[in-house]
Amino acid sequence: MEWINAVVQGVLLGGLYALFAAGLSLIFGVMRLVNIAHGDLIVLAAYLGLSTTMMLGVHPFVALLIVMPAMAGIGYVLQRGLLNQTLGDDILPPLLVTFGLSVIIQNALLEAYSADPLKLSGGAIETASLSVGGLAIGVLPLLTFAVAVAAIALLQWVFYATSLGRGFRAVSDNQDIAQLMGLNRAHVFGLAMALALAVTAIAGILLGVRTSFDPSVGGGRLIFGFEAVIIGGLGNLWGTLAGGVILGVAQTIGAKIDPGWQLLAGHVAFLVVLAARPNGLFPRVEH
Amino acid sequence: MPEPLLNIAGLDAHYGDFQALYGIDMTVAEGEVIAIIGANGAGKTTLMRSISGLLTNAAEQVAFKGRPIGNLRADQVAYLGIALVPEGRQLFPSLSVEENLLLGGKVARPGPWSLSKVFELFPILKERRAQPSTSLSGGQQQMVAIGRALMANPELILFDEISLGLAPVIIKSIYEALPGIVGEGMTAMIVEQDISKALAVSSRVYCLQEGRVSLEGTTGTVTRDQITAAYFGVDA
Ligand SMILES: Nc1ncnc2c1ncn2[C@@H]1O[C@H](COP(=O)(O)OP(=O)(O)OP(=O)(O)O)[C@@H](O)[C@H]1O
Ligand SMILES: [Mg+2]
Repeated sequence: MEWINAVVQGVLLGGLYALFAAGLSLIFGVMRLVNIAHGDLIVLAAYLGLSTTMMLGVHPFVALLIVMPAMAGIGYVLQRGLLNQTLGDDILPPLLVTFGLSVIIQNALLEAYSADPLKLSGGAIETASLSVGGLAIGVLPLLTFAVAVAAIALLQWVFYATSLGRGFRAVSDNQDIAQLMGLNRAHVFGLAMALALAVTAIAGILLGVRTSFDPSVGGGRLIFGFEAVIIGGLGNLWGTLAGGVILGVAQTIGAKIDPGWQLLAGHVAFLVVLAARPNGLFPRVEH
Repeated sequence: MPEPLLNIAGLDAHYGDFQALYGIDMTVAEGEVIAIIGANGAGKTTLMRSISGLLTNAAEQVAFKGRPIGNLRADQVAYLGIALVPEGRQLFPSLSVEENLLLGGKVARPGPWSLSKVFELFPILKERRAQPSTSLSGGQQQMVAIGRALMANPELILFDEISLGLAPVIIKSIYEALPGIVGEGMTAMIVEQDISKALAVSSRVYCLQEGRVSLEGTTGTVTRDQITAAYFGVDA
């Protein structure tokens, strides 16, 4: 029973990791940009949520109404003002620039909020649980997982069933020819980053309600996001969810064996998948 | 003389240090079908890329309806009414046939072309509409590429080697569709390796040689010898 419990908790934790990863996956898929600052942007969203709840006295989930558009706006401006200039044949400039951005965000958060761990207060939902067949399932992890599934379904729909998504796929296929069709790639990339950071806002708020955070925790979230993306296979959003779940389950089972093994077990699972399937479990099939 | 639809004046084009076009002058009047011929590497594709905005130039080197456009981006040029059917078709592999066509209609200029009109021109595409574009045969892919350009309802359509790599019977059927396209009042520039094909569909011809215009004339008046000389740069 305890093992089943560990697996269930791991699956639900995987939802959070999938939310960390979805934005990374989207950005890489559309513009081949590896965003080193992604974890810090998640943490930035958590802090924006904190400020919003303090200023307006609202629940963190209500704060999303402000934090999501704010992060989307930041994403668009960041992409058009900075990141677009780094994109080209060379993969190094975007890595260096987003690494620099990561350092800048961390330091700005330190200045603004200090290094003390803080937390978003979710109220009763944090401790509420459902008992299902002898297992106690936390409402917050369950909600997180449901939100992750919904977010990925929505992204999938945008990508494959809307004209915005058609533009994303076209620009990803061939930037020049997409430009001939009237798509300005600078704008399309801006929209992709805006969408990615809107999802990141959700991830940040859920992270902040679940655990305490400080300006330095972004790097760890970036790693979890990366691992989920790579395990699932690049360019496949449902694969990213599966990757998050595998990572989550590995961590909770590792922690069950020995509490110190939680992170290590996740990394080992990642390495095992990578060794067996270098393209991840569900890579996007090219036609 | 009325203002030409397209006026190219002293157009230079570069790839890094390499200069591909040298002072090209060209005019295209509304309703004309212009053939562009020239040997491999003469600069035909470079010319198409310059007109469509994939290569940017000094503003006044390319003027469309009297407006300098040489410095505009390709998406801006598309909205003004110039469409390119690129060399090698270049469909979007992640998009279905229909999605490729719909994307071509993104600029949504008013005009006769619509999805149903393209399906009327190339009925096979209607059957294959849901397939990935790259699962089609070469000829069908070329139809998608042409339909995709038409969907924008351009005033000027550029065809870069639409018969390249296709079977003769397919080439024939694609060329048979051309009058129906330019008959709608569209102006066209056609890059074609097959000189007799180029001359058959066009009213005027330009020959490029090593980045320069080596011959210009109405199709009826240029002679084979002139073309041979302009093509290969030898005095016939
Ligand atoms: N991306 C590029 N970088 C550098 N040089 C290029 C590039 N594209 C073309 N060139 C050079 O520019 C010149 C003109 O090429 P272009 O493709 O315009 O010729 P073309 O007339 O279309 O030839 P083809 O009949 O082979 O299609 C050639 O010498 C070619 O090698
Ligand atoms: Mg060419």
